[in-house]
Amino acid sequence: MEAVVFVFSLLDCCALIFLSVYFIITLSDLECDYINARSCCSKLNKWVIPELIGHTIVTVLMLVSLHWFIFLLNLPVATWNIYRFIMVPSGNMGVFDPTEIHNRGQLKSHMKEAMVKLGFHLLCFFMYLYSMILALIND
Amino acid sequence: MQVPSGYGVHPQNYIPPSGHYPQGPGKMTSLPLDSQCGDYYSGLYTVPTQNVVTSNTANQQPGAQHMYGRGPPAPHIVGSTPGSFQGAASSTSHLHTSASQPYSPFVNHYSSPAMYSANSSVASQGFPSTCGHYAMSTVSNAAYPSVSYPSLPAGDPYGQQMFTSQNAPTVRPVRDNSFSGHSTAIGHPSPLPPPPSHQYHQQQSLSGCSTLSWSTSGLPSTQDNLVRNHTGTLATASSNPTNTVADSLSCPVTQNVQPLKSSPVVPTVLPGASSTRTPPAANRPVEPVASVTQPSELLQQKGVDSSSTTSSASPVPNSYDALEGGSYPDMLSSSASSPAPDPAPEPDPAPAPAPSAPQPSKMAKPFGYGYPALQPGYQNATAPLNSAVPPSSPGYSGFQPYAQYPGMNQLSSSLGGLSLQSSPQPESLRPVNLTQERNILPMTPVWAPVPNLNLDLRKLNCSPDSFRCTLTNIPQTQALLNKAKLPLGLLLHPFRDLTQLPVITSNTIVRCRSCRTYINPFVSFIDQRRWKCNLCYRVNDVPEEFMYNPLTRSYGEPHKRPEVQNSTVEFIASSDYMLRPPQPAVYLFVLDVSHNAVEAGYLTILCQSLLENLDKLPGDSRTRIGFMTFDSTIHFYNLQEGLSQPQMLIVSDIDDVFLPTPDSLLVNLYESKELIKDLLNALPNMFTNTRETHSALGPALQAAFKLMSPTGGRVSVFQTQLPSLGAGLLQSREDPNQRSSTKVVQHLGPATDFYKKLALDCSGQQTAVDLFLLSSQYSDLASLACISKYSAGCIYYYPSFHYTHNPSQAEKLQKDLKRYLTRKIGFEAVMRIRCTKGLSMHTFHGNFFVRSTDLLSLANISPDAGFAVQLSIEENLTDTSLVCFQTALLYTSSKGERRIRVHTLCLPVVSSLADVYAGVDVQAAVCLLANMAVDRSISSSLSDARDALVNAVVDSLSAYGSTVSNLQHSALIAPSSLKLFPLYVLALLKQKAFRTGTSTRLDDRVYAMCQIKCQPLVHLMKMIHPNLYRIDRLTDEGAIHVNDRVVPQPPLQKLSAEKLTREGAFLMDCGSVFYIWIGKSCDNNFIEDVLGYPNFASIPQKMTHLPELDTLSSERARSFITWLRDNRPLSPILHVVKDESPAKTEFFQHLIEDRTEAAFSYYEFLLHIQQQICK
Repeated sequence: MEAVVFVFSLLDCCALIFLSVYFIITLSDLECDYINARSCCSKLNKWVIPELIGHTIVTVLMLVSLHWFIFLLNLPVATWNIYRFIMVPSGNMGVFDPTEIHNRGQLKSHMKEAMVKLGFHLLCFFMYLYSMILALIND
Repeated sequence: MQVPSGYGVHPQNYIPPSGHYPQGPGKMTSLPLDSQCGDYYSGLYTVPTQNVVTSNTANQQPGAQHMYGRGPPAPHIVGSTPGSFQGAASSTSHLHTSASQPYSPFVNHYSSPAMYSANSSVASQGFPSTCGHYAMSTVSNAAYPSVSYPSLPAGDPYGQQMFTSQNAPTVRPVRDNSFSGHSTAIGHPSPLPPPPSHQYHQQQSLSGCSTLSWSTSGLPSTQDNLVRNHTGTLATASSNPTNTVADSLSCPVTQNVQPLKSSPVVPTVLPGASSTRTPPAANRPVEPVASVTQPSELLQQKGVDSSSTTSSASPVPNSYDALEGGSYPDMLSSSASSPAPDPAPEPDPAPAPAPSAPQPSKMAKPFGYGYPALQPGYQNATAPLNSAVPPSSPGYSGFQPYAQYPGMNQLSSSLGGLSLQSSPQPESLRPVNLTQERNILPMTPVWAPVPNLNLDLRKLNCSPDSFRCTLTNIPQTQALLNKAKLPLGLLLHPFRDLTQLPVITSNTIVRCRSCRTYINPFVSFIDQRRWKCNLCYRVNDVPEEFMYNPLTRSYGEPHKRPEVQNSTVEFIASSDYMLRPPQPAVYLFVLDVSHNAVEAGYLTILCQSLLENLDKLPGDSRTRIGFMTFDSTIHFYNLQEGLSQPQMLIVSDIDDVFLPTPDSLLVNLYESKELIKDLLNALPNMFTNTRETHSALGPALQAAFKLMSPTGGRVSVFQTQLPSLGAGLLQSREDPNQRSSTKVVQHLGPATDFYKKLALDCSGQQTAVDLFLLSSQYSDLASLACISKYSAGCIYYYPSFHYTHNPSQAEKLQKDLKRYLTRKIGFEAVMRIRCTKGLSMHTFHGNFFVRSTDLLSLANISPDAGFAVQLSIEENLTDTSLVCFQTALLYTSSKGERRIRVHTLCLPVVSSLADVYAGVDVQAAVCLLANMAVDRSISSSLSDARDALVNAVVDSLSAYGSTVSNLQHSALIAPSSLKLFPLYVLALLKQKAFRTGTSTRLDDRVYAMCQIKCQPLVHLMKMIHPNLYRIDRLTDEGAIHVNDRVVPQPPLQKLSAEKLTREGAFLMDCGSVFYIWIGKSCDNNFIEDVLGYPNFASIPQKMTHLPELDTLSSERARSFITWLRDNRPLSPILHVVKDESPAKTEFFQHLIEDRTEAAFSYYEFLLHIQQQICK
């Protein structure tokens, strides 16, 4: 059972890693002026909810399967995701707003955030991998 | 030689260049090259004057072509026709789209074989054409002598005068590059000048410090950035002084020299003088300085002229200059200017102990005084001065008091313990005790500070009306900027109406190859063939075409081209700058015709204005126009030519809007004019009986977008209520009970992203939406404004508009519409702002969409649009002494021309905090802060924004107090440059946008915020801090003459009720509205003469006009008001406010220095700040 949980988490984590990389690539495309703000933001906004769901599922799964440490590790990031999503002003077009993204260094902070998430997901990836192997051995 | 061909201008156009040049494209149109040029060259160009040029041409062409991506690949040019003129000629011709045949006669006509060989030999050496790394100074110096400008063609048609004089055009002052610090003074033969000129120069530096700069000319020569190739035949008598004048002007004064200067010179401060000195006054000295330097310019020109080339034969009609008020006849300045930062002439170091006593006396002399002592050689030169600037000498005596400025400067610099290089307004650092200085506001309007550059650069610099920076001295590092706690940013008014603007038609627009900067006055020419970009420091080639100067009709003077002589120029762009053929002017009017709108009655006014101005709509023969109306349905009007009357097509499916007919909704203005007139005449009465109260604005906008998307253009939306149907419907969010809340102001942001999305769609299709909101109730401007904000439109708001009940608003709408319909317009525009490497832009303010990091997409650009940019310093600017900012606005004019308007601003870099404070442009800083505060209040909260504003004052003043002034800390000390900062910030806090505690409707507040975001600085400043004048005692003292009218200039009064006397009448200029307050016991003569009523009691409550009475005081008052009105784009409405009338609260709320229930008085605010600082 535990192995299944971690296999799922591992897959989910892989998806999140890919998503983070995609965010970074798209944002740096915008930074280098390869795409315009409009298309960049519409691309990214599409993936904000999948990312949020993907991460929340893992977090909840960890809570359900009583892996406290991993749950607590995931909790801040999941909370941040949800907070960010909820706090989007009503007039904005999503977490990434094309009219704002070039202002006040938002692009940089989005970039930083994506980087941090990538690091976090990589850490999680190895943790899940380790836990999965451990679980399989224990089985 | 061949260059002119590239210029695409038939030189015959330039025979009277002064007449032709500034008049714009019409006169400077590129001529058909094929036939005329051929003729022309065969006829006129018999001999080249400079052969180097040709060789380089051949080499340069590939680069140039590559650069502009036009024409066939170039290399064959050099290879196939080795070094010959044929090669060069053909290569030039490739630059154009025309064939190369026309140039073939060329070869035959080059009949000077000596030239030819010299030229080809040089070519065979093969100058490295595009490499950017070799040491320029050596190359340039080597190159020059080696070619040595051999025999000059006597038969050159381009002005014998220029080339036939004894020496060659080599005496072009070649500017070495100061940034790289090469500055080899090789070509600098200047011996010490004779004493008379010394004396003369002292006269020059009138503002006082006139130190013995001459004797130090040996010293500066080591730092000299001018590498002048004097080929020796100069008449030494004239050339040397000239030269040294230039040196002393341009040698960078280093910090360590300063103390020397400040110590020996006794500060001659007149007691009491300081308090009367005001910033505008501080600016004044600049004028005399400028005019005084004229002799130097002239001298220089004379010197150069007599020896060599130049253009005095055909004075450059420097149109922009005329506009900006500098009055030198010929912008020769660039020949003397080096890009080195240069303090004004007064800071010349005096390494020798300068006798301090004689100096003041010299300063005080009128500068004509020294002339008799001049060397005979100079007499010539000074003569034109007097003729050219007659008013300067009489004017000078008037400025004598300012001669003490340097003394002031000494004082302040010694106070600060810092070597402040004397700034143009040396008193800008004078510490001001804010709590004790009662009359902080100057009597005259506050002008922008002049950057502390050398005179030549200063003259070339962009007008502060178009381009201002909050800090005219840019701090060297971000750390220094952080220490100063001042905002760094630019305020732009790029499409301002200019009376004169150099328009350049050129086939190649010269730009830096790596950063794409347009060539500008602040680039440095390493030699004649290469220039160094002042933004990225890349060395670029000068295209062959650029070597020819169409103004002087001379060759080989790239630095005299209009692009390099004017910091504001406009280029006619070629097809490279188009993504599609230039669009026609397209105007669509989307009109609300619901019951509410008909009730308000704006349609009558609009249709009337349109009918009147239909012919004045900017556009060409392709101009198209269309109309839509909407209530709960959308009505289109088929105006197809040939119909007997306009056809109305109604679309009631507002959930899925479609266009009833694909075309004929937007029709050609001229073909369907009769139908359009019919429609406009019929429209006001068409809906008089409507019962429809709903408004489907969203679907109407969607339809408009569909209609406009094939072409792009301008959509003018008139809306009178909250949109209540279809997409984009809005709910009322305002709680009237919260209007005067001191706590939270909600709903400053948009309620939905519908309008933003639509605006971005519009922007993508080059459509701008201008919103006219005429409503008496809340209509959620915060949401509606998005449609204009992001599509680069503009927003007009007429609260409680009614055509009969509110005649002043109706009149305002009428006047605004007139301006709106007839003003210039640019379509499908983009604006890019570039700045020197090391600086970066991070936030933009205004109405536009930021498409990529530094590219603003502007579907339309109007002359009334202002922008602001925040800057940060990413890399230290230690290795540069100047930074430049360039905005390039690429747009399609209403005539279907693609044009680029380029503004370049140059500012010095400073390393000390005191200098940063000395250069604060307080108005710009306040406007930038206002913009930032708007952002803050939308993204965070209003109270945050207010706190941030107060903190901005507290931080900057405490930073100043703790680091710069070491005076007692109990007092609130501000540098003179910042003395108005607290006042302006207080004014901002009491502005509609940011005030709390006073009842403010949400829409009014949001509109004020929109205004702050998109108004240019001058108008914004009036909105923030109105001007108050007393007008019952206007005199002609100090009056100015405008168009044969005498305009009195009453002094500014501070905005406090203490200034209002019951016996007086006061005019308050709030930008968009004028108030005339009439005191209760105002002189009956005034009331009768100006207002046309016998006494105070008979003045009506609502009075919006001054009658045209035939009395002197009426004439004065009216001419003053008209003058104020003419200075702004949108005509303000006039309210005559009687004391004790209910309308006076409107007036009194603008008296920002007074206390209100909810806000501090000015003095209290100062105390509050002081408290905060001491904390």
